[in-house]
Amino acid sequence: MASRLLLRFGALGYLVVLLLAPVVMITYRTFEHGVAPVVSALSSPTAHHAIYLSILVTLIAVPLNVAFGLVAGVAIARRRMPAGRAVNLLVNLPFAMSPVVIGLALYTLYGRGGWLGDWLSAHGIQVLFSLPALVLATTFVSLPFVVREVVPVLEEIGTDQEQAAATLGAGSMTTFWRITLPALRWALAYGVVLTAARALGEFGAVSIVSGNIVGQTQTLPLLVEERFRNFDAVGAYSAGFALALISLFIVAAMTVLSRRKEH
Amino acid sequence: MGALGPGAALLYLCLIVGLPVAALADRAATSHFWEAVTSPPARAALELTIELSAVTAAVNVVAGVLLGWVLVRDDFPGKSLVNGVIDLPFALPTIVAGLVLLSLYGPNSPVNVNVAQSRAAVLLAMLFVTLPFVIRAVQPVLLALDEEVEEAGTCLGASGWQNFRMLVWPAIRGATLVGAGLAFARALGEFGSIVLISGNIPFHTQVASVLISGQVESGDTSGAAAVSIVLLVLALVVLAGLELVVRRLARRRG
Repeated sequence: MASRLLLRFGALGYLVVLLLAPVVMITYRTFEHGVAPVVSALSSPTAHHAIYLSILVTLIAVPLNVAFGLVAGVAIARRRMPAGRAVNLLVNLPFAMSPVVIGLALYTLYGRGGWLGDWLSAHGIQVLFSLPALVLATTFVSLPFVVREVVPVLEEIGTDQEQAAATLGAGSMTTFWRITLPALRWALAYGVVLTAARALGEFGAVSIVSGNIVGQTQTLPLLVEERFRNFDAVGAYSAGFALALISLFIVAAMTVLSRRKEH
Repeated sequence: MGALGPGAALLYLCLIVGLPVAALADRAATSHFWEAVTSPPARAALELTIELSAVTAAVNVVAGVLLGWVLVRDDFPGKSLVNGVIDLPFALPTIVAGLVLLSLYGPNSPVNVNVAQSRAAVLLAMLFVTLPFVIRAVQPVLLALDEEVEEAGTCLGASGWQNFRMLVWPAIRGATLVGAGLAFARALGEFGSIVLISGNIPFHTQVASVLISGQVESGDTSGAAAVSIVLLVLALVVLAGLELVVRRLARRRG
């Protein structure tokens, strides 16, 4: 019994030292001088624009990856995807790559001397250091989440119900909306939450391609870094705390959805 | 959806992922590749990254198995809440993770522990972001493992440690390895949580990802691309190895 207690306190101690105490501390640091500085730090035009931009990029990246995840997921699970192994590698590549490397890959493609960069800039299209680059980076890093949630569920449910629907005369779109999608709803919701979490918080890839132009290409995580480097502790902690609060909601959603998913 | 769906998905995948990665490989493939990868700062950064990632994986094996076991076999008030917060490092933006650690273990630390700009800080950040991997790999296996087997062991006079070594460990070894491998691969490329707390001191706390970011800033994209390719190949080798482990585990379970 004593050893059991020892193990419990060892495990929980590690968790407190590494995770819980620091999270409590950032909350304290944020509100050290009251609520007013936090409110003013978050309501400056710069902060407003950063929040707006982070949400905008997330709202573009999530639907793109949901559409891709559903179409590719069905094709992979039903073995209709050409070049299956290469597709599998490409789908998992974003997880194997450092965010900085992802940013650099986009930088070399769309930057000066890049395969597309010179052609695009000759035609007056700016990708790097503007919204398209933020969207491309965010889409890249968050691409695998939906597919990877959807494929195992599709493989598990099989095609019996879909074939039955087809026999009864349902077209492939009807079958998808009425049979396949309802079966996928919790896995899809879980994938969307993971995608959104990653999109909102992405830092490394975005920091390489955004140029971090205040009021233009500065997302909320980039704002946190810039304020910290400029010794604006309250500003950095306020923005960081806002992001941490969002993460808490995301974790709660993950917990609820992963339970639903299992039933 | 016919052939249109798979075709469109493939095109999207190539445009979003394939093309940038090909461009990166092309940028790295210069005659200076080896020079760029073996230059003293690049070598130091790569070695430090691999070393600290290995330490991260090792610490995660111990801490992850311990936490996984406590969360499955033990019972205490607030357990489900603790189980929930384990995922926080996955949901927290990495730059915030770094800030969170700095608020407690940085300058003006209220507990008088300032690790900023040291290797310990880099390790701390790596441990923070990889916390869930081993725990989440081990938990389902422990849940499926019949507790009565351990009770029988105890009845036959086995100590807690013997029980663990002979009954529990063989069952969770594979899952632990997978979790540790994922943690290693994640630590290799970690950037956001490290960039503020490490101080970016060459030959001391500069990890590969921070080096790459600096090289891009100073305009050396082919050098940055070379280091990136090394990092990427390393992670791919680790993940391919894990794939083999997973397949062997699946076969054994039948």
